[in-house]
Amino acid sequence: MTTATLHAATVAQFHLKKRAAVALPLIILAYFAYIFVSFDVAGLSERINVDNARTLVSDSYSYKTHVAQDNRNGSLTISVEGERKGEYPEGTAPDWVSLGDATVVDLGEGHIITLGAQVSYDIPGYGLVTARPDGTGVNAVFPDGNLPDYINASKNRVMIETDAGRFTITRARAEVFKYSLGWELFFFTLDSPYYDMGPAQLAAKVYSGEAGAVWQEFWTNKMWRHGDVFWALFETLLMAFLGTFGAAIVALPLSFFAARNFTPLGPLRFVARRLFDFLRGVDALIWTIVLSRAFGPGPLTGSLAILLTDTGTFGKLFSEALENVDDKQIEGVASTGAKPVQRYRFGVFPQMMPVLLSQVLYYLESNTRSATIIGAITGGGIGLLLTQAIATQKDWEEVTYYIVLIILLVMAMDTLSGWLRRKLIKGDEGGH
Amino acid sequence: MADKIVNVVQTAAVGDAYLAQIKKKRQMSFVMLVVFLALLVSGFYTADSRNAGGFWVGISNIFDFPAAMFGEAIDRAPLMPGYLVEYFPSLIETINIAAASTLIGGLLGLVMSLLVTRGFAPVPWLVNPLRRLLDILRAIPEIVIALVLIFMLGGGPVPAMIAIALHSVGALGKLFSEVNENASLKPVEGLASVGASWTQRMWFGVIPQVAPNYLSYALLRFEINIRASAILGFVGAGGIGYDLRNTMSWGVGKYDEAAAIFILLFLTIVVVDQLSGLFRNRLTHGAANTQVTL
Repeated sequence: MTTATLHAATVAQFHLKKRAAVALPLIILAYFAYIFVSFDVAGLSERINVDNARTLVSDSYSYKTHVAQDNRNGSLTISVEGERKGEYPEGTAPDWVSLGDATVVDLGEGHIITLGAQVSYDIPGYGLVTARPDGTGVNAVFPDGNLPDYINASKNRVMIETDAGRFTITRARAEVFKYSLGWELFFFTLDSPYYDMGPAQLAAKVYSGEAGAVWQEFWTNKMWRHGDVFWALFETLLMAFLGTFGAAIVALPLSFFAARNFTPLGPLRFVARRLFDFLRGVDALIWTIVLSRAFGPGPLTGSLAILLTDTGTFGKLFSEALENVDDKQIEGVASTGAKPVQRYRFGVFPQMMPVLLSQVLYYLESNTRSATIIGAITGGGIGLLLTQAIATQKDWEEVTYYIVLIILLVMAMDTLSGWLRRKLIKGDEGGH
Repeated sequence: MADKIVNVVQTAAVGDAYLAQIKKKRQMSFVMLVVFLALLVSGFYTADSRNAGGFWVGISNIFDFPAAMFGEAIDRAPLMPGYLVEYFPSLIETINIAAASTLIGGLLGLVMSLLVTRGFAPVPWLVNPLRRLLDILRAIPEIVIALVLIFMLGGGPVPAMIAIALHSVGALGKLFSEVNENASLKPVEGLASVGASWTQRMWFGVIPQVAPNYLSYALLRFEINIRASAILGFVGAGGIGYDLRNTMSWGVGKYDEAAAIFILLFLTIVVVDQLSGLFRNRLTHGAANTQVTL
């Protein structure tokens, strides 16, 4: 090849690369433009539900306490998040509510609400709003002038939303929401004897022999159900464990049939490979649907769905590893008069084991995530709790809690599988 | 002569010690294996007892549902081509969700990987925080983000795309940074010596070295994302998964349509797997070595 032709070829290649460098971003841009139109991203601003987003975010780090008065009989209920499980027992109240003939709710910063036959809200910088609800309406009286934006009033309903809280009054009910930071009742519910205790008092109780009772109260917390959540996490982990290792055990013998150097018989190899392709191609989604019809929801269904899909994946990976096995080691073992079983035991397995274990452990982590997803589809484990909590559309603090737990679980599995890989397989830097 | 005797004795001692060590190791392996198998068996019993339907009851009617479904499909076989055409747009949407999220994940993952590779990172103190961020993105199952986004944005392909893209950033960012670590620093130093900016050093010094490996990982991600996008559709995020859920909840009478969707989904996954496998083989071993293994 002369210098001239080499030069020409190089220049041509440069031109090609230059054109590719311009064309590739353009193609990507064009594709995104197509996606923008086809997914109707522009219409998203209309579909977005800002209220939902706000509830979700504020709920995840704060909670609200409801103080509700039944205007017909004057009875009062105070509850966290308005749930029966979070109700204050009769005659007790948080320190910002003073019970009496006329209950006074102090929302802080000068916002005072008085409940009783006449209901009033003293709004700093605006004035006193009073109402006397009866059969004809709420009969609200406002200070002179135009109503500010944060008050929404009609004959039968007045709603006032300030930074301190929310106040709603209808003919039947008067209700105050006070927002506070944190996850309320996370450790103990209101009916628990340990509810009001600080860490020091609790530690004292634990040392005085009530450790079991304290644990029991925490574990069976009715709002957060720590025990159930733990079992759900365990179920998810169980699905991942059984699915991954079950698949490895099933796939190992089958993979020999799919490896060129162990199965010279073409048709048999073809059948084994198509079986793996089929198992993988059907995918966990369809396996989950099919299996849940037979076994119902639960961890077994999830385990088997993972097992079937990953038998296909492992079968393929293992057979590829088998095809890369070095024949010399097998010949060496055979030359000492080893029988076939011994040839596999000492010639094949020592070569394969590191690759195989590394792949299986790697999948253990990714299957923990799959198990969450499968649990959400079929019903089981933490995935089920998560979808249930999202379906209520109000327990976002629980959703946040579950998400944190899932992330921690997956990261723990990642660390564990990485550690095991390094420990079991020397020379593997854990890079996958 | 005396030396040789000593040697023989020593060799025998070493041999005994070796055999004893091997024996101990084997015993340990055996114990580990037994413990592991016990865990597996008891795990299956636990899973079985916590499941709504038991294994032995269910195994006998495991083929009932596929039989009912494909029975219906065969009964109405002439309608099948129509269904395949009817659900094809949804399939395209599922593929688009996967492709768009792989692209977004790949592009952001590329930037992230350069920011978290020591030696390339322009802001060294950001390396560890960004790595943790990638860990967290990787650890969140797509369905979690998708469900939360569906609540805020309503159903449709966008929540699924964002959810899968975020996960892909985490996964690809990590894989890409591992590729970067093996890249040669010489071109980067050469470019730095002529005064190239960070972007120029990365674009001309690093990317050409790592592009084939990046592409190979991105293709593998695309395979995974197609499955994820079908699953997210099932919880309300558009595409063929959504149609599948609708036909499934309709039950008997629409099983033939469910069968059509199953077939479409299965074929798509198999075809994409094979094609991407072919391309990846080409990228890592070069064009000459490309062969279809059947």
